[in-house]
Amino acid sequence: MDTTVVNTGTETKTWGGGNEPLKASYGKMMMWFFILSDALTFSGFLAAYGFSRFKFIESWPIADEVFTHVPFLHGQELPMIYVAFMTFILIMSSVTMVLAVDAGHKMNKAKVTFYMFLTIIGGVIFVGSQAWEWATFIKGDYGAVQTNGGNILQFVDTDGKRVALKDFAIVNEHKVRVEDQRKSGIWYTDNESLTTYTLDEVIKGFEANSNILIRTQQLTEDGKKTVLSRAESIKQLTTNGKAVVEGANLHVNEYGSPLFADFFFFITGFHGFHVLTGVIINIIIFFNVILGTYERRNSYEMVEKVGLYWHFVDLVWVFVFTFFYLV
Amino acid sequence: MAHAHKLEILRGLIKFKSNTQKIWGVLILLTIVTAVEVVLGIYKPDALNAKFIGMKLLNWIFIILTIVKAYYITWDFMHMRDETKGLRRAVVWTSVFLICYLIFILLQEGDYVQGVFSNGFVKQDF
Repeated sequence: MDTTVVNTGTETKTWGGGNEPLKASYGKMMMWFFILSDALTFSGFLAAYGFSRFKFIESWPIADEVFTHVPFLHGQELPMIYVAFMTFILIMSSVTMVLAVDAGHKMNKAKVTFYMFLTIIGGVIFVGSQAWEWATFIKGDYGAVQTNGGNILQFVDTDGKRVALKDFAIVNEHKVRVEDQRKSGIWYTDNESLTTYTLDEVIKGFEANSNILIRTQQLTEDGKKTVLSRAESIKQLTTNGKAVVEGANLHVNEYGSPLFADFFFFITGFHGFHVLTGVIINIIIFFNVILGTYERRNSYEMVEKVGLYWHFVDLVWVFVFTFFYLV
Repeated sequence: MAHAHKLEILRGLIKFKSNTQKIWGVLILLTIVTAVEVVLGIYKPDALNAKFIGMKLLNWIFIILTIVKAYYITWDFMHMRDETKGLRRAVVWTSVFLICYLIFILLQEGDYVQGVFSNGFVKQDF
């Protein structure tokens, strides 16, 4: 590569170009500046989330009521437990990554291989956990009714416990519901898939069960959701009810403001994408370590560079965890 | 390759013998901070619901603990502690300044929009 590198012969002089004031290699420094710009992207997302939250401060969903599921513990409400587990997995894989970098400094190939492997496993567990979290969020569990104004009406019993649509809706056996299909009309547009129950069935069931009340999005003084009286509930449901909502997507979600689901998908999705690419890059570096590329290069700095990226992913999760699940 | 690591955290309160030991020490610290956050998040003690500069005291605690965690991840896991002052400042000051500005303008605006909805004549629920 002699042809591409130009030496001026003045590198030893102050202004000769040989100075390295930051004492970091080009690759490492560029990784830092990439991380800086990526951090600004993520803070853009999180600040936008903050904007929407401040805008709807009196009706924002309560995260503790949304993320209550833990795998294998069906039907129990355990907020925070699962996400704390995910956080711990990611911090743990960060630790194995630092240990890999440390082993790299000592030129210990066996240890670098072992710790890189553990890091990849941690990343895979995290991405899997996030997929499960998404699936649970999209599926939803109680179901709700959306009003003409786009608000969500949820159902509670007189003790304030949530009631699922399937527990009270009266199913009309004779109903005929046809999903729009391309073959049935010229003016075909894609439509939402049909919900399990129609609005009429929900209203009928609601009128038949006198112990069910409606809970609106509005927060009370002490941070709880407002529960309407029976008379108000019936009025609200029959005059304002527009559609049945089950689970969450980018248009509607049964947990409250649609923006909540949008930000959940975008922020955790963007972060999950980073974890996924991190895992792929880690796998590439892992094989390079096994093949002895860095042993021959006499430096494991590449492990350090991907390590920086991996820690950054962990760093972002720390903030997502706080702003989505805690605050 | 001689890599010099600074082996003390908390301004020299805790000194570690080796870099590996420091990594485990930082893990313990991060785990304790996360555990505190989770416990506070589950129980949400009433005493911490008091408002302080427009936000619940509990939320301030969460945000401060998050920044503490971010500091140790950057300084010890990403080895920012061992980088030169120039690189450290180029990365940290840039992000801190820009992010603070972004947060300020967006939250300020969100608060204003909320005020218009609740006090003004604009209706968003009909």
